[in-house]
Amino acid sequence: MTDLRDVDAGASNALAGAPTLPRSADGAPVLVARNAKRFGFGSFGPLVVLVSIIGLWYATHYLVIDEGRRFILPLPHVILNRGFIEGVTFGGLLDVGQKMLSDLVPFAEFEPDADRDVVLIDGLLGLWMTVKVSFVGLMLAAFFAVVGAMVMSQSRMVEKAFFPYLVIIQAVPVLAIVPLIGVVFGFGFSSQVIVCVIISFFPIAANTLFGLKSAERGLQDLFALHNASRWTRMRKLQIPAALPAFFTSMRIAAGLSVIGAIVGGYFFARGEKGLGSLLKAYASRPSDTPELFATVFLSSMLGIIVFLFFGWLGNRFIGKWSDQTV
Amino acid sequence: MEPVQELIDLTEPKATGSPALVFDGVGKTFPDGTEALRGVTFDVNPGEFVTVVGPSGCGKSTLLRLASGLDEVTAGRCDVDRSNIGYVFQDATLLPSRTVIGNVELIAELHGDSKAERRARSAEAITKVGLAGFENHYPKQLSGGMRMRASLARSLVMSPPIFLFDEPFGALDEITRELMNEETLRLFKEEGFAGLFITHSITEAVFMSTKVLVMSGRPGTIVDSFDVPFDHPRSPEMRFDPAFAELSGRVSHSLRGAHA
Repeated sequence: MTDLRDVDAGASNALAGAPTLPRSADGAPVLVARNAKRFGFGSFGPLVVLVSIIGLWYATHYLVIDEGRRFILPLPHVILNRGFIEGVTFGGLLDVGQKMLSDLVPFAEFEPDADRDVVLIDGLLGLWMTVKVSFVGLMLAAFFAVVGAMVMSQSRMVEKAFFPYLVIIQAVPVLAIVPLIGVVFGFGFSSQVIVCVIISFFPIAANTLFGLKSAERGLQDLFALHNASRWTRMRKLQIPAALPAFFTSMRIAAGLSVIGAIVGGYFFARGEKGLGSLLKAYASRPSDTPELFATVFLSSMLGIIVFLFFGWLGNRFIGKWSDQTV
Repeated sequence: MEPVQELIDLTEPKATGSPALVFDGVGKTFPDGTEALRGVTFDVNPGEFVTVVGPSGCGKSTLLRLASGLDEVTAGRCDVDRSNIGYVFQDATLLPSRTVIGNVELIAELHGDSKAERRARSAEAITKVGLAGFENHYPKQLSGGMRMRASLARSLVMSPPIFLFDEPFGALDEITRELMNEETLRLFKEEGFAGLFITHSITEAVFMSTKVLVMSGRPGTIVDSFDVPFDHPRSPEMRFDPAFAELSGRVSHSLRGAHA
């Protein structure tokens, strides 16, 4: 057991990028070597692949695509420059911070700079908008899904009555109902949030329900034997039993919610522009292909960060006792 | 084999006061029509450790579910004070999200005992089962034997006058199982509870018990009874004693008869 803890401690040192060599409490070199293996340090595999892809990219641009059509695959350094460097000033970045602050703190003010036209600043503001939409959507979905799962876990009848409709919500192609949502709820923030809720509700509800019902038979007997009330059983047995499945589902749902926010932003452009709106705008102008690539890159980063964050959050809550890694 | 004849032999009244547990002509037929038990009659008196051996699926575990009130009898009568029963399940059945001490205090917690009181009693029970120092470990950090010890401690906290054991050590390796047998026996003597133990291991049955009952296949009923005369404390070497082997042989013979 101490062995395991040491490995984990060493691993987190390594992840934090500590300048010293990652070391376990007793500084055993074997453990350091094991860390290295687990996280791929000292093996250049991923780097080699990355360099090859970039090489292939340049080769494709110059050797495969006709000169007149090269705008469809702009070069990596052009994307980097246009998307992330050109025209970026400290003041612009400060604007982004100010905008975030004004959204989070009720009395903070934000005056957008109307003349500004910097891709990165637009991208970051769009990213922020998408984060807001997907976060609100995810929280609402989690709330309704968990309450729904708790109710369903209490009665087989309720579960049987509602579960088919959960599956239907899941089965409806979200793109097919997006226009409908717009017509009914308008083309702004709330419609985008609703798309997120619809897309991320099912995995949370289904997994949490499964988790609530997953407590071992013997433990259920033990609670019955000692006349535990439904509520006691829920709090002390079912909810802890559901946590691993819940966190796994949050990780899946968070990724889906980001997709929902981008799809929502793509269709509903009223109000602040999210990543979806930016993608749509850049895609409509061939000269903006580098910006389009940069925005795709930002969207991917958001998806990856959200995935890692919920994995980390889950492990923080249940890692020390659950066999399951989220 | 004449089950009816055997039953009459078994209902002989015991000299000691009122029994901790009485099965009187108990039958259990499940809603799907399966008859699991028929005419089961025996007592467990204070100071007795009774073991039921029988083929798989003969309804041994059902016996404990009926005794504890988890299931209802469909014939006969089962008398036991249900307010305080120790029940040790086939698996350790610990809450994975709680540490050893959190698990051990669970039953006291369900009965509404104050935090300070149940902490103190849990710490004591943990010491009794030899888990001191592991209070703050999670179940996944423990071996199978240690988990079973935690499970025992959880029931010990309430000092129940009767313990029901549902093949608790079946999943352990042999040496761990023998150690747990000895530990349980020590607790049985120290704590003075009555025990009803289910197993399909003859060695375990003879080593642990004051009395071994043999159960037939479905519908399960008691077909034979063996008093185990060996004194306590029982040493691990007792398993290699000729008298032990002789008694085990007789139980085995009876069990083969019950299988047929």
